This record gives sequence, structure tokens and C-alpha cells, in this order.
Amino acid sequence: MMTNQGSRITQGTFSFLPDLTDEQISKQIQYCLKNGWALNVEFTDDPHPRNTYWEMWGIPMFDTRDAAAILYEVNQCRKAYPSHYIRVTAFDSTRGTESVKLSFIVNRPKKEPGFRLVRQEVEGRHIRYTIQSYATDLPEGERYR
Amino acid sequence: MAEASEKSMQPQSGEQSVLSLPDDTPVDLAAAFRDSQVQEVLDKLDRELVGLKPVKTRIREIAALLLVDRLRRQLGLTTDTPTLHMSFTGNPGTGKTTVALRMAEILHRLGYVRQGHLVAVTRDDLVGQYIGHTAPKTKEVLKRAMGGVLFIDEAYYLYRPENERDYGQESIEILLQVMENNRDDLVVILAGYRDKMDRFFLSNPGMRSRIAHHLDFPDYGADELMNIASLMLGQVQYRFSPEASTAFADYIRRRMKMPHFANARSVRNALDRARLRQANRLFARAGGPLTKRDLMVLEPDDITASRVFREGVPDEQERSSGSQ
Repeated sequence: MMTNQGSRITQGTFSFLPDLTDEQISKQIQYCLKNGWALNVEFTDDPHPRNTYWEMWGIPMFDTRDAAAILYEVNQCRKAYPSHYIRVTAFDSTRGTESVKLSFIVNRPKKEPGFRLVRQEVEGRHIRYTIQSYATDLPEGERYR
Repeated sequence: MAEASEKSMQPQSGEQSVLSLPDDTPVDLAAAFRDSQVQEVLDKLDRELVGLKPVKTRIREIAALLLVDRLRRQLGLTTDTPTLHMSFTGNPGTGKTTVALRMAEILHRLGYVRQGHLVAVTRDDLVGQYIGHTAPKTKEVLKRAMGGVLFIDEAYYLYRPENERDYGQESIEILLQVMENNRDDLVVILAGYRDKMDRFFLSNPGMRSRIAHHLDFPDYGADELMNIASLMLGQVQYRFSPEASTAFADYIRRRMKMPHFANARSVRNALDRARLRQANRLFARAGGPLTKRDLMVLEPDDITASRVFREGVPDEQERSSGSQ
């Protein structure tokens, strides 16, 4: 993609910054906890921007008090999926729904191949455009080896 | 070239500035002590907890160690995080939970734990009911306790040697792992009765060696229990009349000799029943004028009506002996 050289996917907060260190991640998590948000760790190997629902790593953590607990789960997830995208999502329940307040990527593959532009010719010689990740050419679980 | 060598020198010289501090650099331990406001907590401990000499001494020692550690870090000396997992052993009602709660506060003040909350659990909260249930359950509790203190009451129930398929062992293994690897994230305090805890440690040597502080809570003497009673009453704005005070001292002496005596807990129960009788007495006196004093003061009658005086049986046993 033109604006994103190097094919780093940019979704969620902080994604235009260099990868956060564990210490920085802890501080962001602690901020979420201070606001009383529930945190969840999610992972995927499909980087498409419309891939909204990632796999959940365990259940959301509702009554933790310290960032170390969330970071522990992040590290467990990293151990199991070292080259997947992993994100931490914070949910706020004050409006009666668990709405996402903050979401940021904490782990990404070493090499992100980026997206190809796909053109589809439809009726009346119209062209429909879409993007497709090179990574998803391989079946799930075999990407980013 | 010269620039590069200069750059490579810089971090070294930074290190040296710490290392090169002369050995006689003055250290203000007293100021650090004041800043940490530990004295306040220790005073509160002294004020609100009667007796428990060995426990208080150990808490003081731990506080001192952590403070010295912090100063060492400031001077650039190496410190490794000390293991602060503890085991509290003692008879029922000797203040194990209360001290654990204080411990969380003290460790928080000293910056050893980040949040300073206490998560109190028993076997039920850690051990699952079916295969594969235990690990997530234990981890859930451990995560909740991170940044604070995990207090496991009656920890010996975790290990049931008579049932080799018991899931408690799995829970212990996870506990051990986290106690070792996440030492700076949480402090684990195991509590229970002396003899049972000894047996528990005997069959789990790994657990014993990972716990640095074994604190034994002594039983209270009669005088100490009397002090506890007046503290408890003060908290709910009651007091003894002078005669009631002697009557209660007598009560304690008698009660201590009886079975199922649970130190401060028995005192609390006795006081609760005394308040019950006082309320009843005030009602029975219906019609007469009442003052604020009447509502606050416990009279000897409220205490001597106890079964301890009449039959030498503690009130707690009333129901169980009645039903048999």
C-alpha cells in the first residue's frame, strides 16, 4: 500500500509507532486497568483490515488489578504463536455493552508480505477493486513461517 | 574515529560514576524510612494488633531489608529481588488473616508489590472439579493477585495424599511455577494450623524451600485477650462498665480452659452475644428512661448470663449439644 511502505499493517492504536516494548505495553495496560476496563488478548494470522474478530486467547480478564497478569497472558500467547498478530483489546462496560475503548498490536510477524490489489471486471466493464494479503495465499496456521 | 571511541566510552563512564562513589558516601536511612511512611503502618500494627511479638519483629525485619535494598539500588549496587513468600502458622483466631492484610499494605508502601491488594482464597477457588479445570482456575486466581498478595487460607487442603487423583497437586505445581518465575509480581502467603501445615510442607518440599519466611503465631494470653476485647468494643463504640470488665476477664479465663477455644474469634463471638443480651435487657426494662450511656455500656449481667458461668459449656456448643 502506498502510504504504508514496508507493508506493516496499521490497525489499532500506536500502529504507526515502532513496536512497543514490554514496559510500554505494561503502562498502557495499567492505564486501561485504572479506568476499570476489561482486557482481552486476541491473535490472528489474517491481516486483512476487515478481519475484525480475531481468535481469543483465553477469556477476557475482568478482575485483574495489575498489568503483569495481562502481560503474562500476552507472553503465553507469544510463546504459542510467535509469528502471529497479537493484540490487546480493552472493553468498557459503562454503557451497558462491552465496547472497545483501546486496541493495540503487541506482536507481529517478522516479515509482513503486504497486500496485492485485485481487480474484478463486472457488468458494463466496471472494475471492482479489493485487496488481498499475500500471506493468506497459504492456509491458516501455515502463514508467516 | 575519535568520535566513535568517545561514544563507546560514554556508557562506561556513566557506570563508573555510580561505581566510583566513594565507600563512605553518606546514606540517609532515616530519611528513606520517613519517606516510605512505613513507621505509620508499623505503628498501626502495634496499636491494633495486641501481642504477636515474633510476628511484629519479623515484619520489622522485612521492612528494614526492603528499605536497605531500595537504598542500595539508588547507589547502583546490585540487588536481587528477595523472595517474600510466607507461611503463617498458628491456632484459629490468632490474627493470620489480619496480618496478611497489613502485610499487603506494608509491602505496597515499600514498593515491593505494585497495587497492594489482598486476594484471599481457599482450596475451592484454586482446584477444579474435573480434568483440565484446575489449571485455568488457578491461573485465573494468580492473575487476579498479581501486583498484590495472594493469601491461601488452610493451604494444606490443597494436597490430599489419600486421593492420588486429586487435582490439588496440579494446582500446587502451577503455584510453585508462578511463585518462582513471577517473584516480583506477587507475594504468596500460605496460612493454616501448625501441625497440618508441617505435614503439608513435609510432603511438598518444593513448596517449603520456596517460602522464605515461616511465621508462627503464638496463642494469646488472658491479658492480651482482654485488650483485644476492649479494642473490638471500641471499634463499634461500646464499652465495659468496671464490673463488667472484671466479669469478662473471669469469662476469658474460664473460656480458655474449654475445648474449641479460638482466641480472638471466641472473644468476638462472646462480645457479639453480650451485645445481644444488652439489647434484650434494655427491652425488658421497657418504659424506664434510657440514656446514651445505657446504649453504650455493657453491664456484668450481660456477661455472666453466659453458659460458660452456669454449666461450663461455651455458648457456641449450645446448638450442637442441644440437637444431639
